[in-house]
Amino acid sequence: MDITFIVLAVVITALLFDFTNGFHDTANAMATSVATGALRPKVAVAISAVLNLVGAFLSTEVAKTISSGLVDETKINPTVIFAGLVGAILWNLATWYFGLPSSSSHALFGGLIGATWVAAGGGAIKFMGIITAVVLPALAAPVVAGLAAMISTYFAYRITAKTRPDQAAKGFKAGQVVSASMVSLAHGTNDAQKTMGIITLTLITAGVLAPNSGPPVWVIGLAGLAIALGTYLGGWRIIRTLGKGLYDMETTQGFAAETSSTATILISSHLGFALSTTQVASGSIFGAGAGKRLADVRWSVAGKMVIAWVLTLPSAAIVGALAGEVAGLGTVGTIIVALVAIAVAAGIYIASRRDPVSANNVNDVPETTRPAVTTAA
Amino acid sequence: MHIKWGALGEVFLVGLGVTIVVVVLFSLGVNAMAARADALEGGAATSRAAGPATALAALCFGVCALVVAYGIYLIVT
Repeated sequence: MDITFIVLAVVITALLFDFTNGFHDTANAMATSVATGALRPKVAVAISAVLNLVGAFLSTEVAKTISSGLVDETKINPTVIFAGLVGAILWNLATWYFGLPSSSSHALFGGLIGATWVAAGGGAIKFMGIITAVVLPALAAPVVAGLAAMISTYFAYRITAKTRPDQAAKGFKAGQVVSASMVSLAHGTNDAQKTMGIITLTLITAGVLAPNSGPPVWVIGLAGLAIALGTYLGGWRIIRTLGKGLYDMETTQGFAAETSSTATILISSHLGFALSTTQVASGSIFGAGAGKRLADVRWSVAGKMVIAWVLTLPSAAIVGALAGEVAGLGTVGTIIVALVAIAVAAGIYIASRRDPVSANNVNDVPETTRPAVTTAA
Repeated sequence: MHIKWGALGEVFLVGLGVTIVVVVLFSLGVNAMAARADALEGGAATSRAAGPATALAALCFGVCALVVAYGIYLIVT
């Protein structure tokens, strides 16, 4: 009975994590198109949601490893996964409240690391793995995607300098629809896989599925639906930060940023050097801004984003550790963790209603991120 | 500690190359489309220039479409 309860808890929390993953990362694919008006906000999130759902079914490769060599996998049990997921969900909600794009994968890794530490001690944490799988890609992603976006943006403006502005805007607007869709599709194949992998592994350890089996259709369907629903509801707060908070984006920049994101995500996952979608997309958007006029980018917002990136893993680890400590007490502990997590999540949601961001006001530039005319440059 | 510097370098170079090629080609395509629109609006005197402009635009967008198709192929397989 104890086993089935914790397994059920993991499946539900994994789907909830998938949901937060969806609305947290809508911005990666669609912030640029929403900001430039290439797609109406509701249409943009609908396209992204459908492509995330399609992506879940498209890719046949299920994430066999969920920890990427960060922790000793023999020490992972359903309670650790549950606690790790709780840490990841709460950090995703907190960064969403502040409109900060942070990596959902890093939140998941952090949660798992914290929960494993409590369950099995610091010896089960592979610190070198953290450097190679988290720190280095986190440094590389924005640089690689940002440079590609910056150089191509520069060329795009040079080439179309004498083109009639209305014609150029029209052309790049059409291009953006395709490039943004590609980002969504690449994202869907990556991220829904993560949740499917977690649920499948948990079912295998619980003896519900045979070892080495692939995800059952209901797991694929539920994971795809959870991420699509999250995507459709739209992380408008983060879309606003990425689309309008950094600079006044034009369609040429949007197209260059999305092309850079798609190319970098696809090539990196193809070559086995996985980069965070969030950091690639943010890097591209910065690069496209810098490729036109360096001084117009609001670098103070960039600073806040970098701080959120640095804090993501340790913060989720602390929450994951606390959740792991309590959940380790057994069924009662698990229920306590679930109730506390629901209460905190509800609190963040209620706080967000005081200053709601929706499809209707997503393109209003928030007061606090307006550039100070002389000092910001 | 095993860091795949080779893979990182490859991601950097290929990502940079593909992005620049696609964006440059697309920009040239946008230019050609604008030239085509101008030629057609100019009436009979300029409309002969519309043909080559259309062909150039089709070529540029065609190559971009091939890259997109290859991207989808990479996603699906």
